[in-house]
Amino acid sequence: MNVLAIDSSNLTMGVAVANETAVLGEFITNTKKNHSVRLMPAVERLLKDIEMAPDDLDRVAVAQGPGSYTGVRIGVTVAKTLAWALGIELVGVSSLEVLAQNGRHFPGYVVPLFDARRGQVYTGLYRAHQDRVLSVENDRIVPIADWADALAKLDAPVLFLGSDVDKHWATIQAAMGENAVKSSANDHYPRPSELAKLGIRRDPVPVHEFTPEYLQLAEAEAKWLARQERK
Amino acid sequence: MAGFGRDRGDRGPGLVGALLVGISAAKALALAKNLPLVGVNHIAGHIYANRLVTELKFPLIALIVSGGHTELVHMPAHGVYRVIGETRDDAAGEAFDKVARVLGLLYPGGPEVDRLAAQAEAPVEFPRAWLEEDSYDFSFSGLKSAVMNYVHNAEQRGEIVNKADVAAGFQESVIDVLTEKAMRAVDAFAAKQLLVAGGVAANKGLRKRMEAAARERGVELVIPPLYLCTDNAAMIAAAGTIDFLMGKRADLSMNAHPGLSL
Ligand SMILES: [Zn+2]
Repeated sequence: MNVLAIDSSNLTMGVAVANETAVLGEFITNTKKNHSVRLMPAVERLLKDIEMAPDDLDRVAVAQGPGSYTGVRIGVTVAKTLAWALGIELVGVSSLEVLAQNGRHFPGYVVPLFDARRGQVYTGLYRAHQDRVLSVENDRIVPIADWADALAKLDAPVLFLGSDVDKHWATIQAAMGENAVKSSANDHYPRPSELAKLGIRRDPVPVHEFTPEYLQLAEAEAKWLARQERK
Repeated sequence: MAGFGRDRGDRGPGLVGALLVGISAAKALALAKNLPLVGVNHIAGHIYANRLVTELKFPLIALIVSGGHTELVHMPAHGVYRVIGETRDDAAGEAFDKVARVLGLLYPGGPEVDRLAAQAEAPVEFPRAWLEEDSYDFSFSGLKSAVMNYVHNAEQRGEIVNKADVAAGFQESVIDVLTEKAMRAVDAFAAKQLLVAGGVAANKGLRKRMEAAARERGVELVIPPLYLCTDNAAMIAAAGTIDFLMGKRADLSMNAHPGLSL
C-alpha cells in the first residue's frame, strides 16, 4: 500500500510516501513560511522524484491537528481533495502522536507539545511500546504550569518533544527537576514518514465526514459561538 | 479546468482562510486529475458574470459596486483590465451598510435603504464627492459622515428623523456620482457597453438611473440578474474560461492574494 503523508499543521511542513516495508521519500522543512504556497509543489516534486504518479497512491494520511488553525486547514483540505479526486482512502492522525513517535526508543514517558499561546500548550502523554509510542493520556490543551505539576506526580523520567519546548522549559524544570528530559534538536520535528507509518495501521475514515482536530475552537469561531448563545 | 475565486480579505476575519481553503483544494484537484490550473481575480469574476447574460463588446466600461469594491474598469479587449477609477475610502456597499446602521435598519442595509428611499417625499440634500475634475475615483466617507451628523444633530434637537428622506438623499448622492462618472467614462473611451456588477447593482434606484442615462447616450447597458451580481462561483468559471482560452496558467505554488487588484 502506497501512503502519501501530509503534515502542515505546525512549524514543520512535511510530505512523505511510504509502504509497509519502506519509506520511498520524505520532504521536510522547519520554517514557518508559507505552507499554503509550498505544500502542493512539495507533493508534486516528491512524487516526480520517486517516479510515482498520483494514481499510484492508495491512501492519504494527514496530520489532523492540533496546531495552527490555518496550517491544519490547508493540510486537511489538500488531503481530503486528493483522496476524493483519486478515489482513495483517507486517514487522520493526531499531530501530537506523530511528534511523539520521535521518542519511541525512550525508556519512560514521552510528552509532545506545541505552544498554544497565553501559557497554554497542546500536549498528550505517550509511552513506548515495541516500535512506536502509544497514548497513555488523551491529547489536550492545558496551561503548561498545571501540566508540569501533573507530570511531576508520575515520579518518572519524561521526555519532552517539540520545537516549543524551550519556551516552557523553565516551568517544566521547576516542577519536575531531574525527571524532565529534553531531547536533542533533531527529535523536535515531526516526521511525515512516521505519519505514513501510523497511517498504514489506522482504519480509513469517510472523506466527506472528516474534520480537523483543533482541540479548541479558533478564537473568531469561539467568539461567534458565544455571541450566538447570548442571542 | 478548476475554477476557484480569489477574494479581497478586507471584510472581516475568516476570508483569507476561506481563500486558502479554496486555493488548496483547487491545487490538489489539479494535481490529482492532471488538470490545468487557472487563478481568477475576483473582480474579473464580477465583470465576466455579465458574459453569462450576453456576449461582451469591446471597448467596454465596467462598474463594480459591492460591499468590498467600487471600481471603474476600462476593457479594450478580453482579459485586459485598466482600472481607471476606484474608491479612496469606503466601498459603495460599505457606505450603504453604515448608513443603514445609523438609521437603525436591518443588515444587509443596501436593500432596506433602497426600499425606504422609494417612499421619500422630500429627500434630504447631501453633498456629492466629485473629487478632481477629471478623476474617475470615488469617495463615500464624507457623505457617510454628513448623513451621520444630520441624524445626530436632529436627535439632539429632539426632532424625529424622516428615515425615508434621509435614505433617499443618501442614495441620490451615491447614484449621482456613480452614474455621472460611469457615463463620462463611456464617452471618453467610446464604450460599446456599460457593465454594472456587484451586490449594489441590485439597487433599483441605481438601475433606473443607469437605464435612463444609457438610453440617452445610446450605449448598451448590461446588468446581470441578482444571483449573478452577488458573489458566486459561476462568475469565476466565466472569467476562468477566458483566461484559460488565452493560455493563462497558474502552477501549484499559486498563492492567495487577499488584496489583489486587477
Ligand atoms: Zn465580490
